[in-house]
Amino acid sequence: MGKNHPNVDPYIVSRVRALESLLLEKGILAPDAVDRVIQRYEADTGPMVGARAVAKAWADPDYKRLLLADPKAALARLDLDYAMLMVVENTAAVHNLVVCTLCSCYPWPVLGLPPTWYKMPAYRSRAVSEPRALLREMGLDVPAPREVRVWDSSAEMRYMVLPQRPAGTERLTEAELVPLITRDALIGVAEVRPAAAAR
Amino acid sequence: MDGVHDLGGMQGFGPVEREENEPVFHAVWEAAVLAMQHAGRSRGLFNIDEFRHGIERMAPAHYLRATYYEKWLEGITRLLVEKGVVGAEELAARRVFFEGKPDASSATTLTGPPPARGAFNPRWAEDFIRETGATPRFAPGDAVCTREMHPPGHTRLPRYARGKRGVVHLCHGIHVFPDTNAHGQGEQPQPLYSVRFDARELWGESAEPNQAVHIDLWESYLLPGR
Repeated sequence: MGKNHPNVDPYIVSRVRALESLLLEKGILAPDAVDRVIQRYEADTGPMVGARAVAKAWADPDYKRLLLADPKAALARLDLDYAMLMVVENTAAVHNLVVCTLCSCYPWPVLGLPPTWYKMPAYRSRAVSEPRALLREMGLDVPAPREVRVWDSSAEMRYMVLPQRPAGTERLTEAELVPLITRDALIGVAEVRPAAAAR
Repeated sequence: MDGVHDLGGMQGFGPVEREENEPVFHAVWEAAVLAMQHAGRSRGLFNIDEFRHGIERMAPAHYLRATYYEKWLEGITRLLVEKGVVGAEELAARRVFFEGKPDASSATTLTGPPPARGAFNPRWAEDFIRETGATPRFAPGDAVCTREMHPPGHTRLPRYARGKRGVVHLCHGIHVFPDTNAHGQGEQPQPLYSVRFDARELWGESAEPNQAVHIDLWESYLLPGR
């Protein structure tokens, strides 16, 4: 438990093939469905839409207001039709963190598929009860005067963090900002760092 | 149900283990499980709440041991067998077949073209809001208290937030109610709220300083605040 093993247990694989073949046979699963899933999640999505929305919000105060007040309308401008997102803003006074303690809800359309750690018991159990200790272990120290506000995704609303724009990026264009904005910053387990300090 | 899936606030799982350069899928079968879940939901064979409850009914030790997509496989298989979409016997026989032929294509067993199926619902992935015209009982700023309840079935009121006092942050509109939708009792949509809880209310003297948790809770989980 807790290890990200490669997942090739022959018993599991045989169960998947069995169900897959029966669903193909019954016309429930399309013959190209698995290939389409791989294409969609490996090639076509990822944290890019979320990062683009954040970069645009940093560059354009009107877009930022729209992203916070009406995420559906803001995402439509990036050609994404997604009505179930809430965007929560990090400020000097508040640091936001997203979790799903009951399963692993995550805003797939803007962030892609979740990393394994997001779905594991260690993160899901601790994010609500000791988020500062958890964040410190993950490399982010949130000073005590700053509130840690955790969003437990218990319904169908999904949450994405709008991180603070780091100092030293004032002269960067929107397109130059996008690659600085990591998935982890959009979940709230990291902050965005200027390029010089990035790994 | 007070299952092992309800992890908020549990202790003993150790540090978060991060995998550098994690692939989207660790094996093709994971993508196959995702495709089957999409197929089952988009064709209306099961809904998201039935799916989640299917996973919650795993034996606790198995739940903790299983990887994410193994949990999904458990949930999907349980529902499709319960609903009679696939038979337990044909599934077991087919598993033995593929255990002996691990590299065979899943189309190997096809004897003819699959039957044509009706169109699926293209909005299934986000179809949870119901504009019923119901008036929310609570408004932003209202003090509320969550019910202290331990239903045997599916619920989205986490154990750590039962019998706790909070404040309504906002109303998300009228949403499908998982506690009934997971059990064939209909959608019974009701107002959904973001409720803010101070960490001290949730964790008492063990709370970290200056922390709050916002949880999305349906109206029937809430009572007027004390």
